[in-house]
Amino acid sequence: MHVPDGFIDAPVSIAAGAVAVAGVGIALRGARRELDDRTAPLAGLTAAFVFAAQMLNFPVAAGTSGHLLGGALAAILVGPYTGVLAVSVVLFLQALLFADGGLSALGVNIILMALVTVLVGYAVFRSLLRVLPKTRASAGGASFAAALVSVPASALAFTLIYAVGGTADVSIGKVAAAMLGVHVLIGIGEALITAVTVSSVLAVRPDLVYGARGLMKPVELRTARPTPSRA
Amino acid sequence: MATKRFFIGFLLVSLVLAGLVSYYASGSPDGLEKVAEEEGISAEEKDHALKDSPLGDYGVKGVDNEWVSAGLSGVIGVGAVLLIGGGLFWAVRRRDAVPASQEPEEKAPAGPSGQG
Repeated sequence: MHVPDGFIDAPVSIAAGAVAVAGVGIALRGARRELDDRTAPLAGLTAAFVFAAQMLNFPVAAGTSGHLLGGALAAILVGPYTGVLAVSVVLFLQALLFADGGLSALGVNIILMALVTVLVGYAVFRSLLRVLPKTRASAGGASFAAALVSVPASALAFTLIYAVGGTADVSIGKVAAAMLGVHVLIGIGEALITAVTVSSVLAVRPDLVYGARGLMKPVELRTARPTPSRA
Repeated sequence: MATKRFFIGFLLVSLVLAGLVSYYASGSPDGLEKVAEEEGISAEEKDHALKDSPLGDYGVKGVDNEWVSAGLSGVIGVGAVLLIGGGLFWAVRRRDAVPASQEPEEKAPAGPSGQG
């Protein structure tokens, strides 16, 4: 999903850059509430995991592959504001070190893969948890659905940006249909990876999963009532 | 599971994925690239300004063995993201937090349950 240089014209690229800067700025302020001595290292590790998982292109159809975007995953694990920052750091370093994603398209890529996936993914996740039973299985299922929806949402966002600032004269309807079709398939891969990862962390350290806070009741220490004496 | 052990495990998973598994990833164009090719969007694509950088396209320049080159670039990437991301998150974190030394599992190291 990394947009290279040349797809989007200069004015829209600059506008996207401004939106990305504003989004990252808001995320920087909000992340303060999500991060503490214990969750800050987890957030760094989550960003590193998203980078690693983005290298793993999986086949989705003949001659086409997809990879994790990671916005939904990061938002669920470390919180939406921190999630935006985590994916943005990945995208920034990919463009700067690995020539992956155009430098002029960095704003567009932050919108598509950090902002849209986090906003859509986290909204779906929290909405589902509100109506589902408060169990670990629900959190796994909600993370599956959140990731599944986040990828076509990102593809749709690309199509909208392309409709405004695309450099080639193409049929937007055809682009929208093709982007949605293939990204629904990629979304299934995203959903599987996200659900497995969230469920794995929930299995060993449920207290570290930001999105599941309040879901798992903390273990209460109750003093046992004195048993009636049998004598 | 103790926090430190969990963090180390999480990092190891990322290093294995980026350093070893990534070599076997699909080389096919991704969804966007494929659609861009088919719909004529790619005609306007411009080369990346940094395509000849030392880590360009997930390889290490000067390392001839493809497997080593790809794996090394993945490990460097995980390290760079952890350093920059971790540094950023550490810098913006709340300072009024409960000290890490007060974590429950460190109070009760011999807990019988593996759950939580």
